[in-house]
Amino acid sequence: MTTKISFQHVNKTFKVKGNAGRSEATEFTALRDINFDVKTGEFMVIVGPSGCGKSTLLDLLGGLTKPTSGSILIDGKPIKGPALDRGIVFQQYALFPWKTARGNIEFGLEAKGIRGKERAERAREFLSLVGLDGFADRYPHELSGGMKQRVAIARSLAYDPDILLMDEPFAALDAQTRETLQSELLKIWEKTKKTIVFITHGIDEAVYLGQRVAVMTSRPGRIKEIIDIPLSARNGEEDLRSDPEFGRLRHEIWSLLRDEVQRAQAYEIQDKAGHAQNASNKNKSGVL
Amino acid sequence: MATAEKSVSLPIGSAQRRSSAIAAPLGIAGKVLKRTIAILALAATWEVVPRAGLVETAFLPPLSEVLQAWWGLLTSGELWTHTEASLIRSLAGFGIAIAAAIPLGLLIGWYKGLSELLTPVLELFRNTAALALLPVFTLILGIGETSKITLIVYACSWPILLNTISGVKNVDPLLIKSAKSMGLSPLKLFIKVILPAAVPTIFTGVRLAGAGSILVLIAAEMVGAKAGLGYLINYAQFNFQAPEMYAGIISISLIGLLFNQGLVTLEKRFTAWKQTQSQ
Ligand SMILES: Nc1ncnc2c1ncn2[C@@H]1O[C@H](COP(=O)(O)OP(=O)(O)OP(=O)(O)O)[C@@H](O)[C@H]1O
Ligand SMILES: [Mg+2]
Repeated sequence: MTTKISFQHVNKTFKVKGNAGRSEATEFTALRDINFDVKTGEFMVIVGPSGCGKSTLLDLLGGLTKPTSGSILIDGKPIKGPALDRGIVFQQYALFPWKTARGNIEFGLEAKGIRGKERAERAREFLSLVGLDGFADRYPHELSGGMKQRVAIARSLAYDPDILLMDEPFAALDAQTRETLQSELLKIWEKTKKTIVFITHGIDEAVYLGQRVAVMTSRPGRIKEIIDIPLSARNGEEDLRSDPEFGRLRHEIWSLLRDEVQRAQAYEIQDKAGHAQNASNKNKSGVL
Repeated sequence: MATAEKSVSLPIGSAQRRSSAIAAPLGIAGKVLKRTIAILALAATWEVVPRAGLVETAFLPPLSEVLQAWWGLLTSGELWTHTEASLIRSLAGFGIAIAAAIPLGLLIGWYKGLSELLTPVLELFRNTAALALLPVFTLILGIGETSKITLIVYACSWPILLNTISGVKNVDPLLIKSAKSMGLSPLKLFIKVILPAAVPTIFTGVRLAGAGSILVLIAAEMVGAKAGLGYLINYAQFNFQAPEMYAGIISISLIGLLFNQGLVTLEKRFTAWKQTQSQ
């Protein structure tokens, strides 16, 4: 298997305003020395406590932001910016509310330059792939959370990126819907052979979906350990979750995470005021 | 009195009668009653109070007399002359404001530098009441159409401009991120994402401007005009023609109502995707 994505000594720092109203800007290290590879066709899951830099990592991979230092290679070439070889599925769906389910899917196809009949055909195909045949003309506000996320997944899959980047896509869903979408995603992955980088803070989800799970530390975010998930029978959902091996891996990741979560929480209590400020900075700089 | 009630409630009544034939008649009938009862009560009060001698009829003639005067103005063609003059002014001003303020607002909203540069000036001007500038416009542009239309353009521009700017600035950053992740160029991003996302906010501005255009129009027409509903009202008042004056006022209310209703309908059409809870 060839290497699809390669992180090489990637650092990402943000300039943030000082705490307690002090105006001098300080540097905040969100990611430090990230090194890992993702193989072609691999399902890679990244877990980590809240605020450890998972979304930052995905933004870098999507080309939406640039690393402060180090480089990220895709097929051996550094990322130049966003492009249609990567599709991002965001946690909050990010569907265009003025477009119908079909319109949203066609949006990405249009960006790729696919026109007319083929575009309509593709949109229909991917709507049915995520089981939403009858909902093509619904607007996002007329769809449930799970349906919205399916449309978002279909939108990213439709323009056929090599890599699918997913940022906690199922976090806002109820347990039942989540499980359904998880197994659908696995089916789609098996069918399309895409490389998937999937972010979550659910341990079960990580073990269930991933071929490998990278556990991140908090403050600064680093890759603490990468664990292989050598579960063979991925198709039989019931079997997998009750497998003792599943439980063992689950526990392993849980212990790795426990320390980090505790540390993250301690940080959070320690600088609540500063954190609030970070959050507002984040919003501001996110606009453009 | 009977004629008064009839002619006031007719337009509303007929519209709702049509829909009541489609839906459950009883509930709708109740709704019609609820909606018209206040207007009917107002009309009745207007008729009764002057007749009972509670107010001077020279100041407030009974509604029936006002409606008679209105009918007289209508049949003589005078009403249309004034309405036409007013409509041309307000529509011209409104149209120019839309054509100028929306593109300008898009630019200011999109280019951060431009908005930083212009914000102080905009803040200053938006807080300067349009009518306060009427003498200035009259001084510079004379008392002709130009100064009136300019005033309307001025008054209409602010709500449109400010709403357009905030519409563009407040597009959900996630949507921008999502579009960028699909490799959209800045121009495409603007056309495909920023613009449609800003449409509802822009439309709110347009609707506000529509209401403002009529308000300012009437004031402008009261100062040195030879036609227009504002002129009619002022002129009638000057000549102690109270019924004609009220007829003019009622005409303006109706035009304002229709104008706003038209804009609301248009807005609903353009922002159908936004209607969440209500239906
Ligand atoms: N634009 C920004 N400016 C300043 N700080 C930022 C910015 N973006 C992120 N951060 C900070 O970087 C850290 C990592 O943020 P990130 O959003 O990547 O976390 P996360 O792991 O995705 O968290 P969660 O699980 O809660 O989504 C946080 O502490 C955050 O405050
Ligand atoms: Mg995140």
